[in-house]
Amino acid sequence: MTTDNLHLPDAEALFNDLKAQMAPAIAYDAKLIGVYSGGAWLADRLAAELDGEHEVGYIDVSFYRDDLSTSGLKSNVRSTQIPFSVQGAHIVIVDDVLFTGRSIRAAVNTLFDYGRPASVQLAVLVDRGGRELPIAANYVGAPLIVSRDLMLALSKDDAGKFALTTEPWMQR
Amino acid sequence: MLSKKNLQLNENGDLHHLLAIEGLPKRIIERILDTAESFVGINEREVKVVPLLRGKSIFNIFFENSTRTRTTFEIAAKRLSADVVSLDVARSSTNKGETILDTIANLTAMHADMFVVRHAESGAPYLIAQHAAPHVHVVNAGDGRHEHPTQGLLDVFTIRKYKKDFTRLTVAIVGDVLHSRVARSQIHALTTLGVPEVRVIGPRTLLPADLERLGVRVFTSLEEGLKGVDVVTMLRLQNERMTGALLPSASEYFSRYGLTPQKLALAKPDCIVLHPGPMNRGVEIDSAVADGKQSVILPQVTYGIAVRMAVMAILSGSTR
Repeated sequence: MTTDNLHLPDAEALFNDLKAQMAPAIAYDAKLIGVYSGGAWLADRLAAELDGEHEVGYIDVSFYRDDLSTSGLKSNVRSTQIPFSVQGAHIVIVDDVLFTGRSIRAAVNTLFDYGRPASVQLAVLVDRGGRELPIAANYVGAPLIVSRDLMLALSKDDAGKFALTTEPWMQR
Repeated sequence: MLSKKNLQLNENGDLHHLLAIEGLPKRIIERILDTAESFVGINEREVKVVPLLRGKSIFNIFFENSTRTRTTFEIAAKRLSADVVSLDVARSSTNKGETILDTIANLTAMHADMFVVRHAESGAPYLIAQHAAPHVHVVNAGDGRHEHPTQGLLDVFTIRKYKKDFTRLTVAIVGDVLHSRVARSQIHALTTLGVPEVRVIGPRTLLPADLERLGVRVFTSLEEGLKGVDVVTMLRLQNERMTGALLPSASEYFSRYGLTPQKLALAKPDCIVLHPGPMNRGVEIDSAVADGKQSVILPQVTYGIAVRMAVMAILSGSTR
């Protein structure tokens, strides 16, 4: 697949922008919950690089999606891991790309089956528009216009360096 | 046999019905086990429900009674947010003369999305799958002496939890293999997953004649067969299925084939003990083993819910 990824912004620069927005704004003990898989990598890096005590959890939204009948169950479901109490916590959901908002809807519903957080915010590396639900992010690395027929996702190389890539949507 | 095999998969090679382990590709078995892994966590939460199958109707149709298996399927369906109805058909319309296919047609007219079927006749779930509407999924919950695929899957899931790598294991299945659909499903699952040595141990009268064809080693001595094994599955002595004089007596059976701590000591020190339940204590298994450190009989029950959730979730995502 030879999609032209040359015009995509540098994901590392976007990450630094995102981090700079979050640093003064999030609670000292805000808990970061990454949505697999790109959001999980971002949450790990943010927790390591932001000041404060930020515990990290991971959500796989597969069991909360609304498109089982049309898309089927994804073949590599990961285990949701939230190793702290959600009850009364300040939570930031972290994802790589905000698009229709359906994954975030599913992530919020997942979260509430673990308890009642004090607050929930959303941090994304890229907002590509195209919302189908009334969802907005609190922290955005950058807005980006991408053709609807392309999937935009975050990748991570062996050294841990982030990059954005596009490819045609694939059947799961 | 080819049509049976294809019946389980849709055009894309995805699982559409679960009728038997025999003929299932390794990738499908592994996908079910991996998905079940994620459901284990759901079952440990305070809120043990996910909305995945909201609005789906699952009918448990048990032409043969089994409270336990029916209950585990009910729990699995409810934890996926499906609407589940359990019919004890053994005591209803079929007694009034209705055929299986008429029962199924009636339930399909009530907009069923999935049938979980148990039947005393081998092959009954196939008959239903062949005549089911394209959107309907069928799960075999045990058919005659043929297969009990979700039990076989939960057995290998439990084994994987404790032993990780299938390709180094020696597994023994002990007892009444002749009447056991559990044994059949487990043997197919183990050999498909690459277990190099599967042993079957039992009295000749309770072993099918063509066992070696399944790629297993046959032992008639429990002591010989247990030497060096990593996993042992004890089968229930199925008194209700016995016809004719296959055994002298339950106590005679226990003395030769019952698993006691002394006999278990012949296996590897970290050997785990499985039993599909319900157990006959003092017939095929000694209480000291059933309740002992090496027993994983209750974890099997726990994992059984996650495995059945995985099967229902994967099937519901398949279209035809």
